[in-house]
Amino acid sequence: MKSTAHTSPFLSARGYDMPDEDGYFGEYGGAFVPEILGPALEELTAAFEDARSDPDFIRVLDDLLQTYVGRPTPLTYAARLTEEVGAPKIYLKREDLCHTGAHKINNTMGQVLLARRLGKKRIIAETGAGQHGVATATVCAHFGMQCIVYMGDEDIRRQALNVHRMRILGAEVRPASSGSRTLKDATNEAIRDWVTNVESTYYIIGSVVGPHPYPAMVREFQAIIGRETSRQLTLLEGRAYPDALLACIGGGSNAIGLFYPFLDLREVACYGVEAAGEGIEARHAATLTRGRQGVLHGALSYLLQNSEGQVQEAHSISAGLDYPGVGPEHAHLKDIGRVTILTATDEEALEAVSRLSRLEGIIPALETAHAIARVDEVATGMSADQSLVICCSGRGDKDMSTIAEYLSSRDE
Amino acid sequence: MSELKHCLQKLQNSGEKALGIFVTSGFPTIAATGPILEAIDAGGADFIELGMPFSDPLAEGKTIQMSSAVALDSGVTMDYTFEKARIFKEKSDTPILLMGYVNPILQYGLSNFFSSCQSSRVSAVILPDLPHKTRLSIRQKALDHGIDIVYLVAPTTSNDRLTAIDELSEGFVYAVSMTGLTGTSMPDKTVVMNYLKRVRSHVRRNPVLVGFGISSADDIKTLTENIDGCIVGSALIRLLEDVWQSETLSESDRMNRVTDFVRELKTGTGPVRKAGSARPVASSQ
Repeated sequence: MKSTAHTSPFLSARGYDMPDEDGYFGEYGGAFVPEILGPALEELTAAFEDARSDPDFIRVLDDLLQTYVGRPTPLTYAARLTEEVGAPKIYLKREDLCHTGAHKINNTMGQVLLARRLGKKRIIAETGAGQHGVATATVCAHFGMQCIVYMGDEDIRRQALNVHRMRILGAEVRPASSGSRTLKDATNEAIRDWVTNVESTYYIIGSVVGPHPYPAMVREFQAIIGRETSRQLTLLEGRAYPDALLACIGGGSNAIGLFYPFLDLREVACYGVEAAGEGIEARHAATLTRGRQGVLHGALSYLLQNSEGQVQEAHSISAGLDYPGVGPEHAHLKDIGRVTILTATDEEALEAVSRLSRLEGIIPALETAHAIARVDEVATGMSADQSLVICCSGRGDKDMSTIAEYLSSRDE
Repeated sequence: MSELKHCLQKLQNSGEKALGIFVTSGFPTIAATGPILEAIDAGGADFIELGMPFSDPLAEGKTIQMSSAVALDSGVTMDYTFEKARIFKEKSDTPILLMGYVNPILQYGLSNFFSSCQSSRVSAVILPDLPHKTRLSIRQKALDHGIDIVYLVAPTTSNDRLTAIDELSEGFVYAVSMTGLTGTSMPDKTVVMNYLKRVRSHVRRNPVLVGFGISSADDIKTLTENIDGCIVGSALIRLLEDVWQSETLSESDRMNRVTDFVRELKTGTGPVRKAGSARPVASSQ
């Protein structure tokens, strides 16, 4: 494992070489989009390949990540959580301390630099919880670029704080009012905008979903999470890798960012937690657990759908996980058994918010709380000299009203 | 040769342009689709594209999005759509095409899907989210069952891609008129016509038909000058929405409106030119 102090976000994992040149992770991925976008995706793939080997691009991005985003983020030893769980030693990778409050800005900073490289002046994005929208609005403000964020009506309601943040940052928030009025529908609208304005517009996708090259590109920009973890563990534990990794999966960008640099090390167990919503037999967003192969938003992956291939509405208390699709690489990693997929319900996520807040003084986002909720299961059978890293992907400030609303309706 | 190829060949020989009409299966009601197909046929459409509704139709503007949502809400299934195609084909030689998105046909099973196409006498399938390069064996399975796959090109498509897509496409090449969604109003026609000339000069195997944003006989007359025909969709869906909202109209009034609409569009397709004068002349008119 690489334990060098090099900060390049573009070191890849040895022995794991996905996707292939057509953008497939095993049988998943590809680019199922209208032909209007085909040439733009080819142009983007070329620009990304060019940028990742350009020392100037890497230097500029590294500098922004340090001086603007606030990287490296700490790897915090969670002493009281470790004590309560028993074993192993639990570390939190503190993406909640990134500027704007979540890991999303690692990706938006990388992509906005690509947009500038391509000479695009108009930026569009989709958002669920609003964290990706805020992270996009932020980098657009930083570079003085026009920013339009599509967001489902339902999410605009439950994530009002982030809507205000985007507007203050100068972004236009456009409501998506079709279907379930959440992330899936916002993504449809963003893709339709891109189809219409492809010449002038760069689409910053917020997760490892969408057509090639997005899943690979967003992974590269998020892999800094795992690479820093490796360096930090070397200092803390004298070893560049942990025994287990744990992260939540909606689209899956924080999870792949943490897992990717360790995928070639079979001794590192990887656990991803999906949203079981009201329960896995009721309304949920557990795509890898209960979905089947299908094509949505440009990629072949797992999908929540009915027998006719119509996409079903997902449900999660966490707007960021409320999505019926998942990144194609996660579909592949699940199929080959490299990542173990678990689930946590709305209720369990809420309990995990309280638990981490009281034990560690860290209020996690509802998304992150799904990972925290499975810590006891993952720890089972591990010993006190082993280590577990949880991606603390975001902070919970944005969720205070959702949590209060849920608790008061439950107590009624 | 498929019914579609045969139909387009015949039109080409007579100097007439092809008119394809799109309608969403199950819109505006489950009961209406059968009679609507007949009404479109009576108006003189050269072929009909029956839309297989999908929950997340990325290439569609508001009108066809709405029609798909209505159809799905009323319970339209793939088998319903095949049934409507089959019944229509019992009485008509007009080719039927299916248009939709990749996911529902994957779930139906590719072999099942194309054998149902065959048994329902569907000529061709158009999938706007099927890229010309893909691992899925959709095109091969279609060819095995004698079904054409029509690929789309767009103003952003390079000349090399036009050639590559022409090699794969069967039946015709569908030229999307603009960078936009179905039902978007037509931009400057000169721009569209220049683009269509470029498509024509690089698409050598197939007829070229234009679609997206076409709503009148006048549009058709102008835009098909250098190509082989056109497809109208959203304009008909808007008409259906209107006439079904008007409660004073009887069933046969509604169907007459559909037939009249198609007949009026068909006046834009000629034949107008005698052999020898089909070549565009810059100074004419």
